[in-house]
Amino acid sequence: MAQVGTDRVKRGMAEMQKGGVIMDVVNAEQAKIAEAAGAVAVMALERVPSDIRAAGGVARMADLGIVEEVLKAVSIPVMAKARIGHFVEARVLESMGVDYLDESEVLTPADDLYHINKKEFTVPFVCGARDLGEALRRIGEGASMIRTKGEPGTGNIVEAVRHMRTMMAQIRKVQAMSYDELMAEAKNLGAPYELLEYVHKNGKLPVVNFAAGGIATPADAALMMQLGSEGVFVGSGIFKSDNPEKFARAIVEATTHYTDYELIARVSKGLGTPMQGIEISKIREVDRMQDRGW
Amino acid sequence: MMKIGVLALQGAVIEHLRMLEEVGATAVSVKRVEELQDLDGLVIPGGESTTISKLMHKYGLMDAVRKFGEAGKPIFGTCAGAILLAKEIEGQLDAHLGLMDIKVARNAFGRQKDSFEVNLPVVGVAADYPAVFIRAPYLKHVGEAGQVLAKHEDKIVVARDRHYLAAAFHPELTEDTRLHKYFLDMVKEAKKA
Repeated sequence: MAQVGTDRVKRGMAEMQKGGVIMDVVNAEQAKIAEAAGAVAVMALERVPSDIRAAGGVARMADLGIVEEVLKAVSIPVMAKARIGHFVEARVLESMGVDYLDESEVLTPADDLYHINKKEFTVPFVCGARDLGEALRRIGEGASMIRTKGEPGTGNIVEAVRHMRTMMAQIRKVQAMSYDELMAEAKNLGAPYELLEYVHKNGKLPVVNFAAGGIATPADAALMMQLGSEGVFVGSGIFKSDNPEKFARAIVEATTHYTDYELIARVSKGLGTPMQGIEISKIREVDRMQDRGW
Repeated sequence: MMKIGVLALQGAVIEHLRMLEEVGATAVSVKRVEELQDLDGLVIPGGESTTISKLMHKYGLMDAVRKFGEAGKPIFGTCAGAILLAKEIEGQLDAHLGLMDIKVARNAFGRQKDSFEVNLPVVGVAADYPAVFIRAPYLKHVGEAGQVLAKHEDKIVVARDRHYLAAAFHPELTEDTRLHKYFLDMVKEAKKA
């Protein structure tokens, strides 16, 4: 009997995205540009994170007309964002045939206590995390893919770097621990014990781990790959740059050949101005997206 | 010992490398043309076929891999890899490598929510192979020289055509190395010939 929505099928989908770039798009035209540039998937949104940040107010699931338009425009997988805890938005997006859901801090949370029980869904979920405990809590709830939170819509890589470095250091630490230390560490991290046991044995998360939140140049993407991420999400960076098409292609190449500095130099030349960045300390605490999620 | 490469531009590369090592081959990842040189066989992994194809064109790998296949070196494509190998792709004018005499239909089982796993008999490989289908294609047609090795619901999902092997699903997502063993035997056969 064929089984749909198994862990292997949901996590496997993310495995197929490895080494690739997932790009934020707000219409069919951008989706086609992203696909032509070599994106492995697109994230269909109403507004990219930097515009959400600028607009303020409550950010919700995208206009479903946009989601539908993007689903029809490309043959690569289409992702979409639901608010943290908003399982009805998630169900609606699932029913439309969206291939992957992002329970995302970029949108205004709908629940200030609980995340979606993602195990109940046939469609896989990606969730943001700042450290190992948060990543394992999300996986415990059924996330099939993790990404760093970074600080979305800033074009500033510093938070994504911090989150990836933190997670990798914690993974190394857990791997080196003796077995008797694991339960106390599970308590410290607020992580499910069985998942921590997996990390101890395997030295990695049980799901694919991407970087997101502030990637604005090809070199940023390569940096995140070298720090251990298995692929990258680029949100505002591409379609807020001077030449989105060229920029998108450059990010894809830098992600594939992340240790080839001559290649990164070649693809980075003449890209024009990247998106304008924001210094993290200039963002009011209440406006920090990475603090959303529990 | 047989040396088998895994095309490593994008997709599930590490999994294939691990399984090839497990069946006793030397496995290396391939990102550049010169890395094909001393290989006895090549695996094209699952991933996004549009992305992998673009990168292959960009780095001269489309022609180089085509020559590799035409020189009689075995190639095994899984999911996206099968699409890249095919002579014909439904609804598209152009094929990618066009080496293997098969016609494929992309995303033919539906979107991600329709992705599934099932145990299948694969001729000459296993009576119950755990097959993981992810936004998978299937083969609409296999050329006369080819052989159908597995079907699911009447759709062809594994086939061999001369020294080319294609699977619509992802053996690399399981612990089952029997298809990799089968491919290794193809590589040994080709090297002897």
